[in-house]
Amino acid sequence: MATHQYLGGQPDEALDRVDGRQKVTGAAKYSVDDILPGLTYAVLVESTIAKGHIKKIDTKKAQSAPGVLAIIYHGNAPAIPGYETGGNPAKPPTGGEPFRVFQNTQIYFAGQPIAIVIADTYERAIYAATLVETEYNKDDQRTDIEGNKDKAVVPKGPRYADYIRGEADAYKNSVIKIEAEYIIPVEVHNPMELHATTAFWDGEDKVTVFDKTQGVKSTQRSIMDAFKLKEQNVQVNTDFVGGGFGSGLRTWPHVIAAVLAAKKINKPVKLVLTRPQMFTMVGYRPYSWQKISLGATRDGVLTGLTHEAISETSTYEEFTDRTVDISKVMYACPNVNTRYKIVALDKSTPTWMRGPGEATGAYALECAIDELSYAVNLDPLELRIRNHADVDPVRNLPWSSKYLKECYQKGAEAIGWNKRNPKPNSMQEGEWQLGYGMGAGNFNANRGRATVKATLLADGSLVLQSAVSDSGPGTATTMTSIASNVFGLSPGKITFELGDSSLPPGPTQGGSTTTSTLGSAVHDVCVALQQKMAELVTIQGSLLQGAKPENLHFEKGYITLKTDASKKVAYADVVKQTGSSQLEVTKDSQAGDERNKYSIYSFAVHFVQVQVHRLTGVVRIKKVVTVADAGKIINEKTAASQLMGGVVSGIGMALMEDAVMDHRFGRYVNNNLADYHVPVSADVPDIKALFIDKPDPFINPIGSKGLGEIANVGFAAAVANAVYHATGKRIRTLPITPDKLLR
Amino acid sequence: MRPFKYSASTTINSAAQLLSANPNARILAGGTNILDLMKEDVERPDELVDINRLNLSVVKPITEGVNKGGISIGGLGKNAETANHPLIRQNFPLLTQAILAGASAQIRNMATNGGNLNQRTRCPYFYEVSMPCNKREPGTGCGAREGINRMHAIFGWSESCVAVHPSDMCVALAALDAVVKVQGSSGKVRSIPFAEYHRLPGEMPEKDNTLQHGEVVTSIEIPKNNFASKSYYLKVRDRASYAFALVSVAAAIEMNGSGIKQAWLALGGVAHKPWRAFEAERFLAGKAATADNFRQAAEMEMKQAKALEHNGFKIELGTRAIVLALTRAMNGGTA
Ligand SMILES: Cc1cc2nc3c(=O)[nH]c(=O)nc-3n(C[C@H](O)[C@H](O)[C@H](O)COP(=O)(O)OP(=O)(O)OC[C@H]3O[C@@H](n4cnc5c(N)ncnc54)[C@H](O)[C@@H]3O)c2cc1C
Repeated sequence: MATHQYLGGQPDEALDRVDGRQKVTGAAKYSVDDILPGLTYAVLVESTIAKGHIKKIDTKKAQSAPGVLAIIYHGNAPAIPGYETGGNPAKPPTGGEPFRVFQNTQIYFAGQPIAIVIADTYERAIYAATLVETEYNKDDQRTDIEGNKDKAVVPKGPRYADYIRGEADAYKNSVIKIEAEYIIPVEVHNPMELHATTAFWDGEDKVTVFDKTQGVKSTQRSIMDAFKLKEQNVQVNTDFVGGGFGSGLRTWPHVIAAVLAAKKINKPVKLVLTRPQMFTMVGYRPYSWQKISLGATRDGVLTGLTHEAISETSTYEEFTDRTVDISKVMYACPNVNTRYKIVALDKSTPTWMRGPGEATGAYALECAIDELSYAVNLDPLELRIRNHADVDPVRNLPWSSKYLKECYQKGAEAIGWNKRNPKPNSMQEGEWQLGYGMGAGNFNANRGRATVKATLLADGSLVLQSAVSDSGPGTATTMTSIASNVFGLSPGKITFELGDSSLPPGPTQGGSTTTSTLGSAVHDVCVALQQKMAELVTIQGSLLQGAKPENLHFEKGYITLKTDASKKVAYADVVKQTGSSQLEVTKDSQAGDERNKYSIYSFAVHFVQVQVHRLTGVVRIKKVVTVADAGKIINEKTAASQLMGGVVSGIGMALMEDAVMDHRFGRYVNNNLADYHVPVSADVPDIKALFIDKPDPFINPIGSKGLGEIANVGFAAAVANAVYHATGKRIRTLPITPDKLLR
Repeated sequence: MRPFKYSASTTINSAAQLLSANPNARILAGGTNILDLMKEDVERPDELVDINRLNLSVVKPITEGVNKGGISIGGLGKNAETANHPLIRQNFPLLTQAILAGASAQIRNMATNGGNLNQRTRCPYFYEVSMPCNKREPGTGCGAREGINRMHAIFGWSESCVAVHPSDMCVALAALDAVVKVQGSSGKVRSIPFAEYHRLPGEMPEKDNTLQHGEVVTSIEIPKNNFASKSYYLKVRDRASYAFALVSVAAAIEMNGSGIKQAWLALGGVAHKPWRAFEAERFLAGKAATADNFRQAAEMEMKQAKALEHNGFKIELGTRAIVLALTRAMNGGTA
């Protein structure tokens, strides 16, 4: 369990991170660290072929290497009870059967775990792993989406059926037509911290796991299902997460492998994936081909929008995302149709990666909108305003709140949009061509379910607890802020505990919902605690005896009478008055029926200024302004960090990220951080992260919508559009590397 | 990582002898390359000879011999210290620029000059033991020839290997006409002109260079020149730092009145060795330093280039990079 207490005084502005000191001093323990004494170390052996069967695994040599404790593979693996009865430990996204580690000889992808070697040191485990000899019956693999598009199918389920609003393919009959195809290659989350699991068993039916996960409760559930264990007998701990971006949203086979290994040798086992394994074992953003067709009047009013996409999945699971959904809701267009298909390939299953679907779709849509703006000779900003969706065009419902136009205006001012020469290839600075571009996006602002326990101690301090893990946004910090405001207590007196599956159930951190979901539960539990205190404090003997609860005021650790501030009782005294050492309230909190009346989305716009070198094609991002309508901003500092992080991942998507596979082998050739490029500090310019900061009146009691995903949605398009403005060259295949601009 | 024996030596002689006694021994200098390769199971030495205690890291003026007046840098000198040494900054800013364009600050602090010369290719097929590579395992074929070869050679490659030498430092050293001093177990010192130090793959891609097993790079001598104020190292890469070159150019010009007396040009990221652009150099000698002449020289050099499936862009990029590097060299070595 991670315990976080704000150490500063009463802040003038936003709280500093409550866990900042632990992180920068190295005191924070991550799953990848050696958490327990007496650890043993496990290493996974991977398949070198992409498709076929294991003919034979010979572990003799490896077994006799120094320090080896055990080797588990399909030939000797204990049965995993949840697998046999059809349980689904690592729940598949929409269909298929999750890969069952060490249960049979089938090879689905290169890099598939086929054995696990456990030794007394990490070095000995790696060495022994190289001695495991495997023979295969190899089949021909199919890993390239290009060339296999004819095998694309519409995923099962009504969500994925072709969507038609008005007339399909209406762009064909429009005066102005734009048709363009866009490609985003495979991107890999590559958080700094490698995925890691440490497991140990206490007897036959009780296990403790330290895991890098974005959801301690979901990992607990997966392990319970796989090993048929009771909830109270599976303890999952995740004190700190060194980045996830979606890779920690599922319980992957390596987690089950580590738990299995610990059971086999009956000692604590630690398994850390290697960087290459991060490319094949914990998902990735799937490769996508997209085609956007736009029809418009000469004034730039959209008359037709068709969005087609083909993406990839594995042969054993059906992964889908919302690539085409953004085209349904982003603009007011009477005729919209979408087609979404997936191809099953001999690769591991993709997964959600920051802005899943939306970031992919927004890249294509927002580039096409930019292309249209030149076709109708209109400022791309004006074109977007002309097609602004005043209501949700899919559900025909009002937005709960929408300040996208305000975002446009604020961002345009901050970047100096109107000072640019709108003509492409018209601005320069020495050897560099200068360009401005914009891209917008939205993301469904959800609210899930969470339970928070609040404990008021006799010294007047408050402890809040929930089983969430924090992958970096600063969950404990924002929750402390919310509690401080709602409960009326200085942040220094509030402690937030998380990262422990035995705490009251919290949500998985994904889909930009933590603040909305958990923050609401914190709000509700604080209110409930105040109600309980009100009951106690108005009974006889108290200074506030007889006061109506609604006339009480809670602030700075005191309850006062609204009409008479001199009548005050300290929170601590309320506890003492009960005669017990603490006062406890637990509250479960979830959305009501507001979603039936409103469409609830977050919105953002990104403006970028780029320089493109006239001779070498090198692109430098000089300035970024990102403006978000995410409802009420709880903490400007952590919120700005979220936006900046999203922008940095957007820079990667636009300019460098590309997991390159040699399809002859079905293997990645750049599966390391020297060759798979993410932005380094020198690639990241001054980023202005701005907010509208107006509470959404309907989403939840705190007024906050989501922020994590919109930080990235539409950003790559802004860069591509800026490159076009700088050079007159439209690069429709990401990433925009120098070679593509030489032509 | 496979088990190996660790030996530390304190003299060049003992290091050379330890190496000569064991064909599977390798030198350990900064370790930023050899240890990575051992972890990847690519290099499998059964003995590492640690040379870090050798006294081979000084930068000093050369007071005798053919390179008198030049500067000698130690084989064990750190890349960062070499780049930032006042004698190097003053006399060979081209070398400073090239070293600082490579890797990251942390790696440059560990990496040594001898290690930089002897670092191995970053070709992904070389790095992945389950894929074919003639350099790693002669006879298995070249994975990159028909595979993913965007980062690979356009000059001097052979059917058996299309890898490039990854160093930035060496590109500058090639243009600077450096000389590599090596010493073997017999105590004999050899001087290898830089252009002959690295080799083209031919039929023996497993051999990167002409260093013989048992020899230690003791120093690198850089002769005096008159172009310190007219030199520039240009590195074109996929991100602003911490990336290998798509193409890099070390350019230097010595003027004779208004004309070019001589130009020195070497290219990185294009061949199995730093590629001296002799054709372009010959063309430029005696010509005016104009953009047009730069362009003609560059095109002349690039005529010999032969692209693979994914790296055709390097021919145009190389041409432009030569022009740009020469232009910046004429501008006093700044962008
Ligand atoms: C992520 C990453 C990015 C990088 N990017 C760049 C880049 O952009 N540009 C660039 O130029 N380089 C780059 N490098 C490579 C770096 O410059 C080399 O790793 C470094 O120079 C090697 O020096 P070392 O002392 O660590 O060598 P070691 O790893 O110790 O040795 C390398 C080889 O040289 C041999 N050797 C070492 N010293 C001697 C000697 N004195 N005599 C004979 N043989 C010797 C060793 O036996 C070994 O075979 C990068 C490296 C990494 C890891």
